[in-house]
Amino acid sequence: MTAVEHRDTSAGTTPRPGPTPRGAVRRQARSGRRWVPWAFLAPALILFVTFKFIPIGQALVMSFQDVQPYLGSEWVGLANYSALFATEEFGTAAWHTAIIAVVQTAGGLLLGFALALLLEGQARRLWIIRSAAFLPVVVPAAVVAELWRIIYHPTEDGVANSILGWLLLEPSQWINSPDSSMLSVIIVGVWRDAPYNMIIIIAGLVGVDRSLYESASLDGAGWLGRIRYVTLPALRPVIAILVTLAAIRGMRIFTEIFLLTNGGPNGSTEVLMTLIYRMGFERIELGVAAAGSVVLLVGTIALTLIVRAAVRRRDA
Amino acid sequence: MSANLDTALGLGSTNRWWVKAINAAVCALVVLVFAGPLIAVIAGAFSESRDPSRLSLVPEGFTLENWVVAVDRQVLHYLGNSLIVVGIGLLLQMAVSVLAAYALARKRFRGAGVVLLLILATMMLPEEILAIPLAVVLSDLPLLHLNLTDHLAGMIVPIVAWGFSILVMTEFMKEVPRELEEAARLDGAGEVRIFWSVVLPTVTPALGVIGVFGFTMIWDQYLLPLLVASGAENYTLPLALRSLRADPEVGIGVVLVAAALAMLPSILAFLAFQRSFMRGISSGAVKG
Repeated sequence: MTAVEHRDTSAGTTPRPGPTPRGAVRRQARSGRRWVPWAFLAPALILFVTFKFIPIGQALVMSFQDVQPYLGSEWVGLANYSALFATEEFGTAAWHTAIIAVVQTAGGLLLGFALALLLEGQARRLWIIRSAAFLPVVVPAAVVAELWRIIYHPTEDGVANSILGWLLLEPSQWINSPDSSMLSVIIVGVWRDAPYNMIIIIAGLVGVDRSLYESASLDGAGWLGRIRYVTLPALRPVIAILVTLAAIRGMRIFTEIFLLTNGGPNGSTEVLMTLIYRMGFERIELGVAAAGSVVLLVGTIALTLIVRAAVRRRDA
Repeated sequence: MSANLDTALGLGSTNRWWVKAINAAVCALVVLVFAGPLIAVIAGAFSESRDPSRLSLVPEGFTLENWVVAVDRQVLHYLGNSLIVVGIGLLLQMAVSVLAAYALARKRFRGAGVVLLLILATMMLPEEILAIPLAVVLSDLPLLHLNLTDHLAGMIVPIVAWGFSILVMTEFMKEVPRELEEAARLDGAGEVRIFWSVVLPTVTPALGVIGVFGFTMIWDQYLLPLLVASGAENYTLPLALRSLRADPEVGIGVVLVAAALAMLPSILAFLAFQRSFMRGISSGAVKG
């Protein structure tokens, strides 16, 4: 009896489709009717279908239509897609999105890693500092954006410009100039991503074998050597997940940009989501906006699969 | 230098005063950079200064006038909307999650794998990307043909089913010993009894985890309320920030009052459920 129980729980952690012999039959007989699990799953499944899967289908359909509310839509084939790719702004927005995804991911990861190394440990003091540093993650994005608008106030006595002043640098226009707007937006993203990465990396650091630090030290490795040969290899799987999560966050970025710059000045921070929003709700070109959503969706899925495949190949 | 190498940097293993001093200074800098601006928001909400470029860690003078003006500008109404959305939304989200998790964790049935795959797929789909078609669906719900545009309900129903919450709960429910369930079944308890009085009470810590995550997730919503609310009447607090900022008659202090009100609930929820939160965030991410 206990043997059966053991096998059941271990199989339960990696559920697979398809019938399983004997155990499943017995379990089913014991736990009653077949529809019971479906009754418990019904609310979630109905909601997922209505608000996740039907919208995907809706986006696909609309992307091939000239959508005219109240008048009835017409099929237009690939016209929306060619209109989308023909506009210069789509290419620019895609480029900006890619830059933000890459630079913000890298910056957030580096800073998060540095913070994790610095604040690793069990001391109560470290726990408090970590919690304080983590606060930006739980604050709503809208508040973060409004806060940084104030920090980036372009006058010389603005907060960010005061800091530049202490460092004897010229004041900047930050989000108000096309030259510095992208960097300004990315700094905000890094500020919010880094503490999140920090916590996950610290959780990963717990699993690092302490004795390896000792042996590395005995072999003459300094702290850089210990990070290079012990810490980083142990953190590989954690970092792979963080890269995937951060890259997807970068691709779908909306609220921060919408409130900080609204894609401006002069389109210098327009990303795919702000462009799609503009097309759909300001210009009411729902078909083209849907085509943009489909492209972004395919891009996100492709990115996820590529990263996963890359991680798996390196693991093998 | 016989260091006790508990960490990669070996901090805390040395007693040299200047290492400690630098370490303390860097820690102070970290707190200042990440928590400082948030403290400045609260300080600014009580500040007399109307200078839009100033942020400081202590209020310049002390006044409640910003709060009076904010109330006059309907901030409490927006806060109320936010609380309705998060209250009802979180309750429904947790209910749907525990029900689905019970089936996934405690039952073996044909199709369980497919269901799990579907849930993982919804987690890979960033909600923002589906915003446009979602708005179309909300304006004419399938089968029911209800129009939820411009109703708070439209901001609630799409976030009720959340894959993350279901999967976290499933992991916790798998830990409940089979013996408890078997014993109840021998006593003649039905399916609902077992769910409600055997499994659910043993996973109350998990309710804290999905509760605090669900709260932060719903409270952070921006694009969905933006699509659903067509007028200020249905604005949530985050949406109101933008219109307050654009209002030439209110000063920076009033915007900061609204910002403080918008961030305090999630900060308090985080501080109250910190251990649940940290546990959820690391286990959730590491499991992918």
